[in-house]
Amino acid sequence: MSEMQDYQSSLSNPQSRKFETFSYLPEMDKDQIRKQVEFIVKKGWNPAVEHTEPENSFGHYWYMWKLPLFGETDVDKILAEAATCHKAHPTHHVRLVGYDNYAQSQGTAMVIYRGPIKA
Amino acid sequence: MAKTYQAGVKEYRETYWMPEYTPADTDILACFKVTAQPGVPREEAAAAVAAESSTGTWTTVWTDLLTDLDYYKGRAYAIEDVPGDDESFYAFIAYPLDLFEEGSVVNVFTSLVGNVFGFKALRHLRLEDVRFPVAYVTTCNGPPNGIQVERDKMNKYGRALLGCTIKPKLGLSAKNYGRAVYECLRGGLDFTKDDENINSQPFMRWRNRFEFVMEAIHKSEAETGERKGHYLNVTAPTPDEMFRRAEFAKELGAPIIMHDYLTGGFCANTGLAQWCRDNGMLLHIHRAMHAVLDRHPKHGIHFRVLAKALRLSGGDHLHSGTVVGKLEGDREATLGWIDIMRDSFVKEDRDRGIFFDQDWAHMPGVFPVASGGIHVWHMPALVNIFGDDAVLQFGGGTLGHPWGNAAGAAANRVALEACTEARNRGVQVEKEGKGILTEAAKHSPELNAAMETWKEIKFEFDTIDKLDVAHK
Repeated sequence: MSEMQDYQSSLSNPQSRKFETFSYLPEMDKDQIRKQVEFIVKKGWNPAVEHTEPENSFGHYWYMWKLPLFGETDVDKILAEAATCHKAHPTHHVRLVGYDNYAQSQGTAMVIYRGPIKA
Repeated sequence: MAKTYQAGVKEYRETYWMPEYTPADTDILACFKVTAQPGVPREEAAAAVAAESSTGTWTTVWTDLLTDLDYYKGRAYAIEDVPGDDESFYAFIAYPLDLFEEGSVVNVFTSLVGNVFGFKALRHLRLEDVRFPVAYVTTCNGPPNGIQVERDKMNKYGRALLGCTIKPKLGLSAKNYGRAVYECLRGGLDFTKDDENINSQPFMRWRNRFEFVMEAIHKSEAETGERKGHYLNVTAPTPDEMFRRAEFAKELGAPIIMHDYLTGGFCANTGLAQWCRDNGMLLHIHRAMHAVLDRHPKHGIHFRVLAKALRLSGGDHLHSGTVVGKLEGDREATLGWIDIMRDSFVKEDRDRGIFFDQDWAHMPGVFPVASGGIHVWHMPALVNIFGDDAVLQFGGGTLGHPWGNAAGAAANRVALEACTEARNRGVQVEKEGKGILTEAAKHSPELNAAMETWKEIKFEFDTIDKLDVAHK
């Protein structure tokens, strides 16, 4: 049995801040991100890109990058849009959203570029 | 020509057995599993159930002639064999809509499962399913928020929600209890839950619990940057007291409260659900006493009916069974009532024990809550069975982690996210579960320790309440 470890998390360490779905997994690589975009497209959801300063990630409303890519099913175009947003805001979290207009909600949302968090 | 009055006892089937009747779209339909006393013909037993759950009594009375009983009566319109069971049969009964007060689950069940269940000509009686017409559904308030609104409020998308019931269920002081809540939430759970037995006992009065728990929520939210909640149980001895506790939870800024809808009762539950709608509060529903009603295969009320009753009465979460944990639950039947909780239209499907089409119109869905004897090794199956729209609650599977609650919570969160991420990639998570968890554990010592701890635990007793299928 593994030896007991302390659970490292605190108010003073910004590294403790999470950002919902998949934030407890290691940062996804290019191929993994592509698979998630394919999933959103396959579900028939509308992809969208949002971003924010890591310290402001708790709020519901992040900065919308342009408009959601309504009806876009080209995975490369969606990935390119997210990459452009990341390039424009390298210090921000960039979130990929799949809007499900039937459920009138988000089918999924995940951070695909993690902004550097100042410790 | 008007009828004349003739005192005396008539056979029920003369009035209430109507095989030629075509149910109206607005009728409430019920399917009962009937086990009659020896010698009672099926038609007579079915008609008796229709009569005793609607307008009938054992003898003719003169006041029958002051109304149009032929309009108001329940009608037994079909009888079917129960597969694999020679002694019982299904009786289908249609009730006209205006037998029931609008928006009153209380009134519907007072009739459908009232005196008729003690009726001497029957040995057993079980209400298997009820079709609520849209005309009735729209008179009920239903879930105060529903699945979508809860996701929006809590900011949880694309995965199941994670919870944990705080243990030991009795005896902790309010301050120590708040500590257990804080540890779970900071480790990555979305919710913690009061045990249903926790109301306001001498060792922990409700007000103290609410206050300490809210500090735990606020601190864990600041620490993790994620939205958190704790189901504050407002189940109380009286409705007035229940509302007093709910008001205080609101005053403190709690996002969600909790009620036990069967022991608390449909009246209290419907009132509380309305209050939650009015006050923007999420409502978690526990189901203590359900197994008394739903476990016996020949007598009582099937859980799919209790689930429908709750969706109409109102609640945003309802315990559904896990299929894989320590508590009773057949997989296909469970999938059936999960659909009943969540979907807007559920088709008749005898393979899932669903006897009628059920149209919920615009009524929001309820999150099924899988809770009881589950741990990280069950995660792949749970993600596969429940999908995203569920709350997975690991009590012992969080608190029993060798490094404590926060590590236990993190282990569950990592396992959930790993399984969800893999499912999205097209991986068959139930089949590949071991590989997914093993890979995820490389980055999570907490998950690794959890996997070492619970490897061997299984609950493999056979289900008592099975679907009716032919055994011969």
